[in-house]
Amino acid sequence: MRRALIPFVEAVLPFVVVGILWQAFALLGPFPPRLFPGVETIFSTFVRLVAKGILPIHALSTLLRLILAFSLAGLLGVALGIIMGRYRWAEDFFLPLTSIGNPIPGLAYAPLFVLWFGLGNLPAVLLVAFAAAFPIVLNTWTGVKAVKEIWIRAAQAMGAQDRQLFWKVVLPGALPYVLTGLRLGLARAWRVLVAVEMLTSVRLGLGWLIFGAREFLNTDVMLAGIAVIGLVGFLLEKLVFQKLEQLTLVRWGMMEA
Amino acid sequence: MHQIELRNIALEYASTENHVTALQDVSFSVEASEFLCVVGQSGCGKTTMLNIVAGFLKPTKGEILIGGKAVTGKGLDRGVVFQDFAQLFPWRTAQRNVEFGLEMKGISKEERAEIALRFLKLVNLEKFARSYPHELSGGMQQRVAIARALAYNPAVLLMDEPFAALDALTREEMQRFLVDVWRETKKTVIYVTHNVAEAVYLADRIIVFSPHPGTVKAQVKIALPRPRDTLSVEFLNYQKEVVYHIVERK
Ligand SMILES: Nc1ncnc2c1ncn2[C@@H]1O[C@H](COP(=O)(O)OP(=O)(O)OP(=O)(O)O)[C@@H](O)[C@H]1O
Ligand SMILES: [Mg+2]
Repeated sequence: MRRALIPFVEAVLPFVVVGILWQAFALLGPFPPRLFPGVETIFSTFVRLVAKGILPIHALSTLLRLILAFSLAGLLGVALGIIMGRYRWAEDFFLPLTSIGNPIPGLAYAPLFVLWFGLGNLPAVLLVAFAAAFPIVLNTWTGVKAVKEIWIRAAQAMGAQDRQLFWKVVLPGALPYVLTGLRLGLARAWRVLVAVEMLTSVRLGLGWLIFGAREFLNTDVMLAGIAVIGLVGFLLEKLVFQKLEQLTLVRWGMMEA
Repeated sequence: MHQIELRNIALEYASTENHVTALQDVSFSVEASEFLCVVGQSGCGKTTMLNIVAGFLKPTKGEILIGGKAVTGKGLDRGVVFQDFAQLFPWRTAQRNVEFGLEMKGISKEERAEIALRFLKLVNLEKFARSYPHELSGGMQQRVAIARALAYNPAVLLMDEPFAALDALTREEMQRFLVDVWRETKKTVIYVTHNVAEAVYLADRIIVFSPHPGTVKAQVKIALPRPRDTLSVEFLNYQKEVVYHIVERK
């Protein structure tokens, strides 16, 4: 019983400490409560916004946008990465472009995308997909390059043709890198998305909720929104990616548990 | 007719700076169901020769006949077992690894499973059908690799130092075991090694390569009954003879 408690305490402790410090600062610090609400205010606002369905609907529309943009980035990114890994001309052509494009913050393109595609969902989704695609392309490319020559030889010796080689050897062999790319892509998409929502004036969304709350000095709403962003990002990582890894890479011994 | 025949095989590795003549004028043949070992110093072209027979490399000169027909590429008539344990696909269970060649042939799922289990049983691993390679020891992984190479029923088995990375005890066990499997399946085997005792234990006939450029230097027929006693005088004499061929100057 005590054994089981210790990891839990360890996990929660940093948040408790920050909460206490925050509370002390809210009570004793220079900001008025309106600008620096206490933990209890943030929490009650959080509960109120959830109960009224406001937070869920904003979170849901942000999530929908994320799923759309990330699917787009994942499909195109993995496809391009594989083509680059398999064909020399594609590597020579796309690698310099993606290498230079990768470190540019996605948000830098936001004004351009707004000019090209107007306001609303379209530029938001396209921009997020664009930004998220870079790590996916680069990691997939690396993964295809890292597929062990001996697997290819073994498969060819057993009569595998190009198609079978691709689906049954190259793709699973590159999976550790592909998953890393997808995870980085998702993290980037999530970060860019919230910011993009502030810039492209979508009607619903966590970014918009936070940005809108500024006008009425609703700092508690902002902080509740930020808490949800952190929570959703964390859950995506834990529930989606760690689960996927457990089922594949860890099971296959291609990654330490 | 010989099961396998190499005729005047030569191979040059042509990298940009230097040309390496790995093989020159290599000719020998292997009879059906014969166990042939190829020994020689490191770098004398054993792996190169095996890769040519397997169809991974094209010879610069010469030709290879299998069953009397000239072959140029890879083919399901030859199964290959490498030295590297990593040859198994880590994302497939032992059984699904063994099924791979059958899958390529388009054999139905039920039949595949049945054949795979039969060959896993042959290598004493039927209990581990559902294990992934990383859950198996090195020796077990090599046994899965052997089962995998046998499952689609090639006439010829090509092996490149499959047990070199195993500890001495496991290696001996695997050698005994390989002889059993070979007698049961009646495959034609070309087995590359630089371990002379291993070659004398396994082979019907040993071919000795000499280096720079790699070529056939001597052949030794091992006329000992099986199972062989590795401590007998005859065994040690054969060992001496082969070692003598390896170290002797041209
Ligand atoms: N890909 C390659 N490119 C250039 N030279 C090579 C290549 N592979 C092998 N060689 C050269 O060809 C010769 C024969 O190599 P090979 O690997 O066939 O020897 P081996 O008998 O298998 O040696 P070992 O017992 O160490 O495995 C060596 O001199 C080696 O340096
Ligand atoms: Mg070798």
